[in-house]
Amino acid sequence: MDLNKKYTPQTWPDHPEQVTMEGKNKFLGFWLFLGGETVLFASLFATYLALKNKGPSGMEFSTQSLFELPLVFVMTMILLTSSLTSVYAMYHMKNHNFKGMQLWLGITVVLGLAFLALEIYEFNHYVHLGFNYSQSAFSSAFFTLVGTHGLHVVVGLVWITLLIVRNAKRGFSLYNAPKYYTASLYWHFIDVVWVFIFTVVYLMGVVG
Amino acid sequence: MSSIAQKKGFGATLWDYLTTVDHKKIAVMYLIAGGLFFVIGGIEAMLIRIQLAKPDNDFVSAGLFNEIITMHGTTMIFLAAMPILFGFMNAVMPLQIGARDVAFPFLNSLGFWLFLFGGLFLNLSWFMGGAPDAGWTSYASLSLASPGHGIDFYAIGLQIAGAGTYIGGINFLVTIINMRAPGMTYMRMPLFTWTTFVASALILFAFPPLTIGLFFLILDRMFGGNFFDHTMGGNTIIWEHLFWIFGHPEVYILILPAFGIFSEIFTIFSRKRLFGYSSMVFATVLIGFLGFMVWAHHMFTVGLGPTANAIFAVATMAIAVPTGMKIFNWLLTMWGGSIKVTTPMLYALGFIPSFVAGGVTGVMQGAAPLDYQLHDSYFIVAHFHYVIVGGVVLAILAAVHLYWPLMFNQMLSERLGKWTFWFFFIGFHLTFFIQHFLGLMGMPRRVFTFRADQGWDLFNLISSVGAAFMAIGVIILVYNIIVTAVRNVPVGNDPWEDGRTLEWAIPQPVPFYNFRQTPLVRGLDPFWIEKQEGNKEGMTYAEPLSDIHMPNNSFIPFVMTVGLFIAGFGALYHGEKDWALPVLILGFAITFSSMAVRSLKDDHGFHIHKEDLMNEKGGK
Repeated sequence: MDLNKKYTPQTWPDHPEQVTMEGKNKFLGFWLFLGGETVLFASLFATYLALKNKGPSGMEFSTQSLFELPLVFVMTMILLTSSLTSVYAMYHMKNHNFKGMQLWLGITVVLGLAFLALEIYEFNHYVHLGFNYSQSAFSSAFFTLVGTHGLHVVVGLVWITLLIVRNAKRGFSLYNAPKYYTASLYWHFIDVVWVFIFTVVYLMGVVG
Repeated sequence: MSSIAQKKGFGATLWDYLTTVDHKKIAVMYLIAGGLFFVIGGIEAMLIRIQLAKPDNDFVSAGLFNEIITMHGTTMIFLAAMPILFGFMNAVMPLQIGARDVAFPFLNSLGFWLFLFGGLFLNLSWFMGGAPDAGWTSYASLSLASPGHGIDFYAIGLQIAGAGTYIGGINFLVTIINMRAPGMTYMRMPLFTWTTFVASALILFAFPPLTIGLFFLILDRMFGGNFFDHTMGGNTIIWEHLFWIFGHPEVYILILPAFGIFSEIFTIFSRKRLFGYSSMVFATVLIGFLGFMVWAHHMFTVGLGPTANAIFAVATMAIAVPTGMKIFNWLLTMWGGSIKVTTPMLYALGFIPSFVAGGVTGVMQGAAPLDYQLHDSYFIVAHFHYVIVGGVVLAILAAVHLYWPLMFNQMLSERLGKWTFWFFFIGFHLTFFIQHFLGLMGMPRRVFTFRADQGWDLFNLISSVGAAFMAIGVIILVYNIIVTAVRNVPVGNDPWEDGRTLEWAIPQPVPFYNFRQTPLVRGLDPFWIEKQEGNKEGMTYAEPLSDIHMPNNSFIPFVMTVGLFIAGFGALYHGEKDWALPVLILGFAITFSSMAVRSLKDDHGFHIHKEDLMNEKGGK
């Protein structure tokens, strides 16, 4: 099968990411990888819950005193929206609309950057309050959990940007369709993890 | 076109192996590297037994002894047993399911290099200020206080090697799910493929907790984290949980492929199909599942409370049921079979009583109240060596003899093989059986010496003599390998004459594209079926002869790994040396830019044309 063959919207398959053997393998392998990532984040969540509000005796910081929901709510909305835009991108991929896909992926990247900027602002704010990485077990667990998520956002942004740039002049092929698809899966996963962070870290921290 | 016929210089061969993505060559590299680490771990074991051969010995110092036991355990589990099993999985599993290669040949190569460089990183600690000394479990309460860089080498080295294992696990899973030949349904898969499948699933879910635990250790020791430091609100038990959530499934990651190897051996040399195939599959999956439910039985004495202990005690004992099913199935496979006692079969016969003994002591420790007595004594040492050596190492040695002709087209000497077996087997029981009693007499594990008036002298001496027997066995094996390589007599197809599964149907030496045409699988033991029906061609094929698509070789996995290796040193000396941070960044830059290159550069592989394949056939 010629992987660089040009398709028209009429000949383009329904699931372009799973037509070739390589595509099928990538699709399944990436789902399995996300399974492992889930366990990875589960370990971080468990540690966070065990060390929440734990620090040297007389520690002034707690989830109640630190977290402010409005900012985190905005971040959540931005990231959830970016997940939606990446769905639009995949919708256009299925319909063989290359420009539409690139556009919506571009919007996804912009939203991701906005999220990242707010997260950096938030971390910076905490550090200025004296709540730095080495301040307590609580701070280590918090920054490691939320920071690992942030690192995933960075990786996802670089990945999607590289895809957009690399394929800008080439259009669709059965070779790059699985690449786009797995990148969007990764972005959804990042979003799902954030939903849990929002709930377990911030909501349960302030309200619970 | 034939890759075997070409004569290559040393440089070309080296380059070929550095860039190869062929599962058979990667298997050979796993075997060589794992074998090397097995010898290193074995030397460490010998040093331990020399030190403990007599009371009040000062052969090694207490500190050095701690380093040796730590490195012995870590090396044997992570760098010897698992990689050697990975070698056999790579060599055999794709052939058993009739696949061209694994699903991700590039990642296969990456996984190998990560393992090798992680192992090298860990062992460099010997020359760079001292090895880790907190035991292979590296409990945080101990390892946080360990001076020097030993523990840092442990944490970073295992992190790199572990990433390789994780990648390998995903790769095998996808291969087995997606790349089986037509007709190879799940319930026709050979047991070794099944156990590879379940062990890979365990790797997928067990390694991330270890990754996180090791990251916490790295962050605590090098980057100002406070996960385990109780004065800062941390909790050292978190390490124990994370380690054992990984550590217990790890035991099954090792033993399940061993079960698979023995299942193959029993059927081949009893010349009967496996008794209770479906129950074997069921038991394998059940063991894999229950393996995640029992980690706290390593922590009975931590004080998790009677409820937690009771639950984990019951779950632990439940694992004996599927394991027992397997033992009976093997016995009944032999029942009424036409048994040939070859070297691999000898190992399989020796495995059953040895492993049952290890299983029985395991159930004893599963009883939480008794475990309070046995904990941290030589009884534990005896138990886990009975399951690991009596199970995994016997399986590895059996597989070396069984699959040697498949991997190298040569047969190891049966006479020397049997000598290896008897020395190793007798030495093994001599070393470890008596340690049960040392444990019951109160000898704690991990002590560097003992006093003369405690009545432990003779038993320790016997144990050390046994270790020497095992060493002789391994030396005979090495001699056997050298002699066989020098003699270099090709064996031809179906070397054991009673091969049943697809890997024995392939022509020898195995072409780099595996089967010329994908075989059609018509039942369990497909090659046996064809032989019974008098098929002279080997197999029935599922497709006409056509072009074969192959992946390109790549040097990127090697570079990617070297990047992480360099970054490891940057992390290790972080906060101590000025050059540490730049080196850390440089290392990651190398790794991530190689990833980008891999992503940006199209790699479509190449085709072997039908005409070339036909010519090759005519040329034979």
